[in-house]
Amino acid sequence: MSNVRVLVGTRKGAFILEADGKRQKWDISGPHFPGWEMYHIKGSPADPNRVYASQCSGWFGQLVQRSNDGGKTWEPVDNKFVYDGTPGTHKWYDGTPHPWEFKRVWHFEPSLTDPDTVYAGVEDAALFKTSDGGKSWQELAGMRGHGTGSGWQPGAGGLGLHTIILDPSNPKRIYIAISAAGAFRTDDAGATWKAINKGLRSEYIPDPDAEVGHCVHHVAMHPSRPGVLFMQKHWDVLRSDNAGDMWKVVNGNLPDDEGKRGFGFVVDVHAHEPETIYVVPIKSDSHHFPHQGKLRVFRSRTGGNEWEPLTKGLPQQDCYVNVLRDAMSVDSLDSCGVYFGTTGGQVYASPDGGDTWSAIAEHLPAVLSVEVQTLP
Amino acid sequence: VIRVVLPAHLRTLAQVKGEVELEVFGAVTQRSILDALEARYPMLQGTIRDHVTQQRRPFVRFFACEQDYSLESPDAPLPEAVAKGAEPFLVVGAIAGG
Repeated sequence: MSNVRVLVGTRKGAFILEADGKRQKWDISGPHFPGWEMYHIKGSPADPNRVYASQCSGWFGQLVQRSNDGGKTWEPVDNKFVYDGTPGTHKWYDGTPHPWEFKRVWHFEPSLTDPDTVYAGVEDAALFKTSDGGKSWQELAGMRGHGTGSGWQPGAGGLGLHTIILDPSNPKRIYIAISAAGAFRTDDAGATWKAINKGLRSEYIPDPDAEVGHCVHHVAMHPSRPGVLFMQKHWDVLRSDNAGDMWKVVNGNLPDDEGKRGFGFVVDVHAHEPETIYVVPIKSDSHHFPHQGKLRVFRSRTGGNEWEPLTKGLPQQDCYVNVLRDAMSVDSLDSCGVYFGTTGGQVYASPDGGDTWSAIAEHLPAVLSVEVQTLP
Repeated sequence: VIRVVLPAHLRTLAQVKGEVELEVFGAVTQRSILDALEARYPMLQGTIRDHVTQQRRPFVRFFACEQDYSLESPDAPLPEAVAKGAEPFLVVGAIAGG
């Protein structure tokens, strides 16, 4: 029977939750790296025991940890992220030029085929790559060198490159997303990039349908249909059927929020049903807690527009947690498991595609990221 | 022998307990101590001072002999008591954050 390993990054350490395929009894190990912010932990699809973790603190900066045994033991690897050439400036919150400064790694995306190759999305927004298992990192400078870079402006959480999606059918195609610049695609393995934000509309920027400047919170893709993308933007849930060349809003019947819909951070796709997607609507762009104190995952089986709230096993009163952008994941067992973590320290799991939920950890520090590995 | 006291998180990272003892050749300064420290424990590179600028990270302080040397030049000689190992050089995480 397969096992499931859930890699949880929190504000104060990492936790690893493991269960067999029934997903009823969970063993929790941790905290690993107690006291450190663990922005993201992700395993290699090519070697599930190879795991990379982003460890950082306001005192001591960024560290990168690597495990070769599924998170039982760790070793620090290179933590030197140096921008290629003269970094230049992006826009600061007040619109003035601000020098590009490395702050932290938001997201690791290991290669689909090589455990030693990993992409890192960092703040201030840039894409780095290692091809030697983390012994050294090089910037893919074409991303930051996109002609619009000097106009990118940070979201509330910083100018983070938080989403990296590798196309399993085309090794040269990568999607990334930045708050608050938008989504970008390369078709030449990172040498050049194209902004893919047509169809996005953001009323918080002077030109609501500008080429860049959109606060894209997360993007998800099903590996069997790499040209179909689902986006959770600052407001609006959107989909693209042509690799991001054009997007359309699929908010449908998501909760009304004083005339608007579709604010949230996470979006993910069912492991076996490429048109079944999940979001967690959050109230407005300042409240950042669930509507009416009810923690609800919304599922669409039609790739958007028609949504159903999933509530069984989730708190339906007095719940005011948030679910951050990298804090949802799915397993690939026959009955797809869906997992998400909250800023209140709960990790919820559904072994039946979202029909029923239970907390598999309840009192962790605020959860920053959740990644799931399905192990043979 | 130079004695260095690291904050708890960096002791864990470097897998050391208690004080670190280092051989420092030439003038005993912040820079020469940190160079020797990072040579012995490469995993500490970037955690006390920036990889590129070599500047002290903002929330890290350097104390010795009940004085704060954080704002002194990294090439200024440290007190003789530090150079002779009578007093430790303390790397301290500032009381900030949460």
